[in-house]
Amino acid sequence: MILRTTTTLIAFILFGFSIYLFLAGHSAPGGGFIGGLMTSAAILLMFMAYGHRAVTTILPINYRLLISIGLFIAVLTSVGSFLFGEPFLSQTFEYFYVPVLGEKELATALLFDLGVYFTVIGVSMTIILTIADDR
Amino acid sequence: MNSFVNTSEQIVQVVTIICMVVISISIILLMYRVIVGPTNPDRAVALDAIGINLMALAGLVAILLLTTRLNDVILLIGILLFIGTVAFSKYLEMGVVIDRDLD
Repeated sequence: MILRTTTTLIAFILFGFSIYLFLAGHSAPGGGFIGGLMTSAAILLMFMAYGHRAVTTILPINYRLLISIGLFIAVLTSVGSFLFGEPFLSQTFEYFYVPVLGEKELATALLFDLGVYFTVIGVSMTIILTIADDR
Repeated sequence: MNSFVNTSEQIVQVVTIICMVVISISIILLMYRVIVGPTNPDRAVALDAIGINLMALAGLVAILLLTTRLNDVILLIGILLFIGTVAFSKYLEMGVVIDRDLD
C-alpha cells in the first residue's frame, strides 16, 4: 500500500527526470542512453508495485517493436543527410524561434538521440520482462 | 580582502576533506554489517545506508572539484538506490520481484 502510493508520485518524477536528462545531453551530462535507462527504471518501478497484468493493460507497448522503431529513427536521420549532398551521419544545427521558450538551438543530433532513447527502453524492458516471465 | 577569500577557501577544503574521511569511516563500518550481518534484511538495510553515504560523498566531491555537473549523479544514485532496495525487499518478502497478477 505504501509502495503503491509512493510509486504514483515517484514514477512521475522519474519520467520528468529522464526527459530532462534526454534533453540536457547536448551541453550537460545526460543523453539518450541514460534517459532511456531512467525511463525503463520508472516503468520497472510500476511493474514492481502493480504487477505484470495491470501495467500491461495500462501501458500496452510492444517493447520489441520499440527497438525497431528506435533503430529506424536513427538510420533515417543518418540517411537524411544524403538529401543535402552531405556524407553519412553528418549533422547540422539551426536557430529556431520556439513560441514559448524563445530562440533555441535545435540540432539534428537530438533526433539521433531519440532513436537511441527508444532502443535503450526497448532493449532493457525486453530483457527484464523476458526474465520475469519464466515459470 | 584577497587573503580573506583565500582563508575561507582553505577552510572549506579542509572541512570537506574531514567530512569525506568521516563518511568513509561510516561506509567501512557499514561494510562490516554487510559482510557479517546475521540475516539478509540486515544486509539490505546496510546497503541502503551505504548508498546514502555514497550520495553524500558525491556531493562533497562536487564541492571539492568546484563543479555542478555532479548534481545529476547524486539524484541518479538516489533513484537507483530506491529501486534496488524496493526490488530486494520485495524479493525477501514475497519471493518474486515482478508479480504475474497482483490481486
